Amino acid sequence: MTAQLAAHSTSLAAYSTSTGEAFQFWVLGTVAVIGALCTVFMKKSVHSALCLAGTMIILAVFYLANGAYFLGIVQVVVYTGAIMMLFLFVVMLVGVTAADSLTETIKGQRWLALLCGLGFGILLCAGIGNASLNEFNGLAQANAGGNVEGLATLIFTKYVFAFEITGALLITAAVGAMVLTHRERTERAKTQREMAEERVRKNVQLPPLPAPGVYARHNAVDIPGLLPDGTPSELTVIKTLRDRGQIRDVSDEALKDLKALEQRSGERLGRGDRAEEAAK
Amino acid sequence: MNPVNYLYLAALLFTIGATGVLIRRNAIVVFMCIELMLNACNLAFVTFSRMHGNLDGQIIAFFTMVVAAAEVVVGLAIIVSLFRSRHSASVDDASLMKL
Repeated sequence: MTAQLAAHSTSLAAYSTSTGEAFQFWVLGTVAVIGALCTVFMKKSVHSALCLAGTMIILAVFYLANGAYFLGIVQVVVYTGAIMMLFLFVVMLVGVTAADSLTETIKGQRWLALLCGLGFGILLCAGIGNASLNEFNGLAQANAGGNVEGLATLIFTKYVFAFEITGALLITAAVGAMVLTHRERTERAKTQREMAEERVRKNVQLPPLPAPGVYARHNAVDIPGLLPDGTPSELTVIKTLRDRGQIRDVSDEALKDLKALEQRSGERLGRGDRAEEAAK
Repeated sequence: MNPVNYLYLAALLFTIGATGVLIRRNAIVVFMCIELMLNACNLAFVTFSRMHGNLDGQIIAFFTMVVAAAEVVVGLAIIVSLFRSRHSASVDDASLMKL
């Protein structure tokens, strides 16, 4: 009896998914589409990368829901774990601040691209709608001996040649990446002696650069030192901070403090005057 | 729910990725959109695997992941070396072959 019921329920499940899965699909599917749209339309590449990572995690959940347990885990480990972190590394390397240029080099390209995308999407959806997809077996039978075992059996029997080729591909990719990013030094590095001699010959800045914060009220690295006449010297701040515009100028802070003090005491005295007048 | 909905979602994600490749100029974002397209294909493969009741679709998705990993490694290396030589990751700036 119970076996009959179980068979009945599996045959039912074969044609349609459970309500829970439907709920999960509609909620997470919406989030996945929003994440994908954010990947395309976010201005900064870091935000794009994070949105894409979110979409990939949701896809991993969908794989698990579809009975692909091994692929779901691999999706999290390989895609969101390794590939997206690689993306983030390169985004950091190439510069987070490098925003995308929004000027169109080809006139009307953006609208044409959107139109093409829309047409393509309609075409794809129409194709899926017209295809006869009545067959729905479910993975219960295929996953009977375990999903990982089933995949392993297939990989090492039917697809063993493709698997070997994949290994060769991975090694080639690793070597290729190393060749591409490796920089051969074309000239000998200068010794300290040569650099010192060059500096004397140029005679632009013979002694070491002045330290930041000298004669200023603070001596943090982002605060320029003051020249004898009280003006800040940009030379004292390191080039990275100068390029980023992260110099903190506090040379007129003392004057501001004095002004604030005067104002406060003035207010207090004024209030005192008024109190005296009230007393009179 | 009909599992064909997964296919519609995959088609939608693929379309969004393709549109992103056409719209964006930043090489890294273009690359991310390609990854999105590959993931959408994987979702379709996994769904088909479930529909037909065998694991071949999952194997293909697995191979797609491996190839995508190799592709990402080489592609990002190309972007890094391109950035080193022209100090920009914009695909419009790489126009050395233009007359």
